[in-house]
Amino acid sequence: MKRLISEATGMVIGDPEAERSVPPTGFTARLTVFTAAAMAFLSVFALALSLATDRLADQWASELAQTSTIRISAPAEQAEAQVAAALRVLETTPGVASARALTDAEQRELLAPWFGPDLPVDRLPIPRLIEVVETSDGFDTTGLRARLQAEVPGAILDDHTRWREPLVDAASRLRLLGWIAIALIIGATGTMITLAAQSALAANAQVIRVMRLVGAEDGYIARAFVRRFTMRALAGALIGAILAGIAILTLPSADTTGGFLTGLGFRGVEWFWLLVIPVLIGVVAFFATRAAALRVLREQS
Amino acid sequence: MIELEDVAYSYGGAELFSGLSLKLAPGSFHFLTGPSGAGKTTLLKLCYGELLATSGHVTLFEQDAARLDRDQVAMMRRRIGVVHQDCQFLDHLTMRDNVALPLTVSGRSSAFSADLDDLLAWVGLRRQADQLPPQLSGGERQRAALARAVIMSPDVIIADEPTGNIDWEMSQRLLSLLIELNKMGKTILVATHDLNLIRAAKSQVSSRVLRLKDRQLQQAGAEL
Repeated sequence: MKRLISEATGMVIGDPEAERSVPPTGFTARLTVFTAAAMAFLSVFALALSLATDRLADQWASELAQTSTIRISAPAEQAEAQVAAALRVLETTPGVASARALTDAEQRELLAPWFGPDLPVDRLPIPRLIEVVETSDGFDTTGLRARLQAEVPGAILDDHTRWREPLVDAASRLRLLGWIAIALIIGATGTMITLAAQSALAANAQVIRVMRLVGAEDGYIARAFVRRFTMRALAGALIGAILAGIAILTLPSADTTGGFLTGLGFRGVEWFWLLVIPVLIGVVAFFATRAAALRVLREQS
Repeated sequence: MIELEDVAYSYGGAELFSGLSLKLAPGSFHFLTGPSGAGKTTLLKLCYGELLATSGHVTLFEQDAARLDRDQVAMMRRRIGVVHQDCQFLDHLTMRDNVALPLTVSGRSSAFSADLDDLLAWVGLRRQADQLPPQLSGGERQRAALARAVIMSPDVIIADEPTGNIDWEMSQRLLSLLIELNKMGKTILVATHDLNLIRAAKSQVSSRVLRLKDRQLQQAGAEL
């Protein structure tokens, strides 16, 4: 552990003498920078997706949790009386902030996507709807259902539990998928950097032989490669993260159009993730290259 | 210092040599000769820990070579300067950096920068210090390899056919440098098939000539 910390410190402080011993290899350099940039770009988007679904889940949970609907199915001549009775019950129910019956126009608007704008609401046996907004403490659902059953026989209370739970569940799964995607991207980054490092080590077998001949320890030789790949990965990841940040900034604003995709992005301190991702990829590159270098050096001895 | 005792080495099932014993005492000068393919290079590699003997004991500075891990072998190589026939430089580094490589890998490069200039002057390469290895002649490269081999002030210098690719005049110059090092107390082991070089050395320094032939190491006779 102490050795790892010392090597990681060496990465930051640098060992240009060791790095200079290894000739620059154009192909693996470009491959590492491109891979790190592409992976950082994808990671930022996966992270943005995850954070957006997180916010969405919270939003659905809080918004739907604070509203309920009472549906009154009654013969046309009794409908108004039952609506009035239900509103009286709601007025005396603790935890109800407000309640109001939807107008015919509002009900027509709600049904328009399925039946078109000319639906004769007043002539069809469509249930009347009452929108109930709860206080932050909420109301006793079981008690309210019992009272409605006794005083308004045609009323059915829908507290949205049926709808809310699958939506929140879906959002939670999307968030989980976002994190899995990030883990896969980081894993793939490690794999690709390992392959690039192995390729560079194989191409420099003669360099390694000469360095060993003059008394270089494995740690010194590994450091020469590890520092180079870590710095390349870090630089590539920074480029990728900056490009992804710019792309996210250019997405339409959530305030103007609403909806899910327009909410994709970072808010406030979440922008610090743009710095965390390159560092994370740099750490992955450090460990991937170090493991590859020590393995190759062991095999070449 | 370096001792081989009843050593055998096999490669791909074929025995290259066996029952071989050799002791390099401090300050001694040895030539190793023999026909091509006799195993001279292999024997040298056993002496600086690049290969392990199939059987027998190799002792490097009082340590069993078979028990050394890779990093311990690396530390051992800092006490043994090696000159190869093909020199083995890093072509992207200048001669100065190549010669300083043993210092660099041991973390002592800046402390010895003045010594480095003196050493390059000693082998007559001060002007070529900033050139790349492919820009140097065979003789210059061999002298640079010798400079690299001695920069850590090793106890032992092992040279494998150091005059194989250079003319007689340059061979003489290289030999003079090796003799000078020996007079400074360094132990020298030179593998060569150049009998004229051995004869030239014998007139200047007390040396022992060993012949590797028919899988055995023998003391060379009066023909030298």
